[in-house]
Amino acid sequence: MRFGRTTRRSVLAGTMAAGAFGLSGARLAWADPAWKAFEGTDLEVMLTKGPRGETLQKYEDEFTELTGIRVGSEQIPEQQQRQKAVIELTSGSPSFDVIHLSYHVQKRQFEKAKWLADFSQFLKDSNLTEATLTEDDFSAAGLLYAKNDAGEMRSLPFSVDYWMVYYNKEMFERKGVAYPTTFDELVTAAEKLTDPANGEYGFVARGLRNANVPVWTSFLLGYGGTMVDEQGQLKTDTPEAIEAAKLYQRLLTKSAPPGVAGFNWSECQSAFLQGKVGMWMDGVGFAPPLEDPTKSRIVGKVGYGVMPKGPVKQVSATFGDGIGVAEASSNKEAGYLYCQWAVSKLMGTRLLQAGGGVPFRKSILNDPEVRKGVTLPAEWVECVAGSAEISELGLPVIIPVTEFRDTFGTALTTLLSEGDPAALLKQATQQFQPVLDKSEA
Amino acid sequence: MTSSQALEKPAAATPPASRRRAGGSLWPFVLPALIVVASVIVFPWAFTIWMSLNEWQIGGGSSFVGLANFGRLLTDLRFHDALWHTLYFTALAVILPVVLGLFSAIVFHQNFKARGFLRALFVMPMMATPVAIALVWAMMFHPQLGVLNYLLSLVGIPPQLWVFHPATVIPSLVLVETWQWTPLVMLIVLGGLAAIPTEPYESALIDGASGWQMFWHITLPLVLPFVMVAAIIRSIDAIKSFDIIYAITQGGPGTASETINLYLYSVAFAYYDIGYGSAIAVVFFLMVIGLAVLLLWLKKRVQWTEVGIGA
Repeated sequence: MRFGRTTRRSVLAGTMAAGAFGLSGARLAWADPAWKAFEGTDLEVMLTKGPRGETLQKYEDEFTELTGIRVGSEQIPEQQQRQKAVIELTSGSPSFDVIHLSYHVQKRQFEKAKWLADFSQFLKDSNLTEATLTEDDFSAAGLLYAKNDAGEMRSLPFSVDYWMVYYNKEMFERKGVAYPTTFDELVTAAEKLTDPANGEYGFVARGLRNANVPVWTSFLLGYGGTMVDEQGQLKTDTPEAIEAAKLYQRLLTKSAPPGVAGFNWSECQSAFLQGKVGMWMDGVGFAPPLEDPTKSRIVGKVGYGVMPKGPVKQVSATFGDGIGVAEASSNKEAGYLYCQWAVSKLMGTRLLQAGGGVPFRKSILNDPEVRKGVTLPAEWVECVAGSAEISELGLPVIIPVTEFRDTFGTALTTLLSEGDPAALLKQATQQFQPVLDKSEA
Repeated sequence: MTSSQALEKPAAATPPASRRRAGGSLWPFVLPALIVVASVIVFPWAFTIWMSLNEWQIGGGSSFVGLANFGRLLTDLRFHDALWHTLYFTALAVILPVVLGLFSAIVFHQNFKARGFLRALFVMPMMATPVAIALVWAMMFHPQLGVLNYLLSLVGIPPQLWVFHPATVIPSLVLVETWQWTPLVMLIVLGGLAAIPTEPYESALIDGASGWQMFWHITLPLVLPFVMVAAIIRSIDAIKSFDIIYAITQGGPGTASETINLYLYSVAFAYYDIGYGSAIAVVFFLMVIGLAVLLLWLKKRVQWTEVGIGA
């Protein structure tokens, strides 16, 4: 950075630097990577539609100012983006350089096919990497997601989603119920809050096939279970899995609004926003509309609770996004600079403060200055930090994640109208094990 | 006459060579269409059939497995369910619009005030985009916030779960299809009604026939070929239906509204099992062809009946 002449570029570079030490307060060892080394490069970026993709797209001109790299980006709805990515990466010549990926669905698939460029060397190169971007700044879940079996980083952890419980404080107070700290209390509270005659229900969570699996795995982890063991055998019909399914069945049939079998997160959110539902279990990223007076009837009445403890442990099922560069791209270094900018302190701060996502980087989440600027209530931030401490991956790291979710999701949805949890889980496990075996063959 | 004779003469004088030349000279006209048909219709189909004989997972290799994918269909319970859902959905989504379309055509065939305006209003659903319609209906179906349950409550009917319950999901989806496609049937049948001569009605009136007798013995037989055309179009549309179902329920709750088309989409584009997905596509294509042949055969029988009545 040159002194004496203030240009927009120097201001932007300075802002990035401020992001590194100004906001964190302590880090002065700012080593500026050679941001301009790939000036003039054209970079294609494929993003997932949502607050995270929107934030990156909104500020991409700043990246161009900083690096001279021109960015062409598009946001595609999640499901379609995943399909497009797989088809293009299989073809060997994808139309994009940088890709925003969902670790909880795509991690194993991308690793096995080696579709992403290895960042391990880039991370060690001070010409490419700012000093503050270190591995140990990412949370454990982030590193677990981003590293493959050989310990290579083939993407940078971008945004994490912890599962928690949103609750309606007013309903809790009216019924004299305290926020549950265990699964048993969760059931008791949900049933106490339920009053169908007045259209009030104690609990809501996803019932829709596929989308509903994280609800069950959240319980399963609390019962001390797992989905797949290290030998690749399904553990989805174990006593823990059956108990989790029974809990899911009980909560969603006795305390949830009618029709919950067809509810995805949006229907759950709509029901909760009306102030007629006591608790809603889902990811931390759905908070902003709850505090928006134009959309919500419960502004200021929402409590943000960490997942209650299961009989064995307290777990917040965790999901996450990463950002990486296609192995087939000829602009790997420029793409890496973009990824680094995307997970930078400045961008992470913007994401967190707007409630659009939670960065994997500890230096952002734990920074009191950053927290002060968060527009959501302090309780939400506390809940995020509390969830981070009990985080475990919410879905198995396998290739056919979608089929896993569809198979077990169908069993869970069936539980809401009829059926025995043990029998349905056994059937789903028998059905899915060959698919899993084949995927790793 | 003169010019046609002039054209015929040289052709008759040098038959073989000229015919060959004339035949050869037609190819440049036929070839572009042939290439287009071969590349956009024949090739994708041949390739789909080839893929259905292979085990091919995107991201992995492929291997020839013969008819194994088709064998898998025999034991795939989800496919069997999807087959049943497809038949159930198709039957309802054809019968209801055809019956309602026929009666609305008869109503709109009468002369009454504001007929033109009401007819334009009636055909509007047909012009709307299916996905947009689906989103609006999805909101209307919502058990707590939807307007349908509110309307039911006004007449004292308890709230329903519509697309949110396995037992009512397919009839509810058919409601959307019926709302959207009854106007198409109505337009086709209306065309048929306009073509019916008035003489049979005059004779019937002289003979003292009732309104119902005239409908049953004159209108219905004469308009039946048109109803069959509408039924063929509806059947093929309904069996292939994807957008409305996908946008409203994605095949749920569970797999309660998963038709073959939706299952095929999941297998090919969510599980990336292209070989098996292709096998489902081939079977599905044969089903559509079978249905079309059956309906065309039925249509012929209806036409014969018409000739019979006419004779």
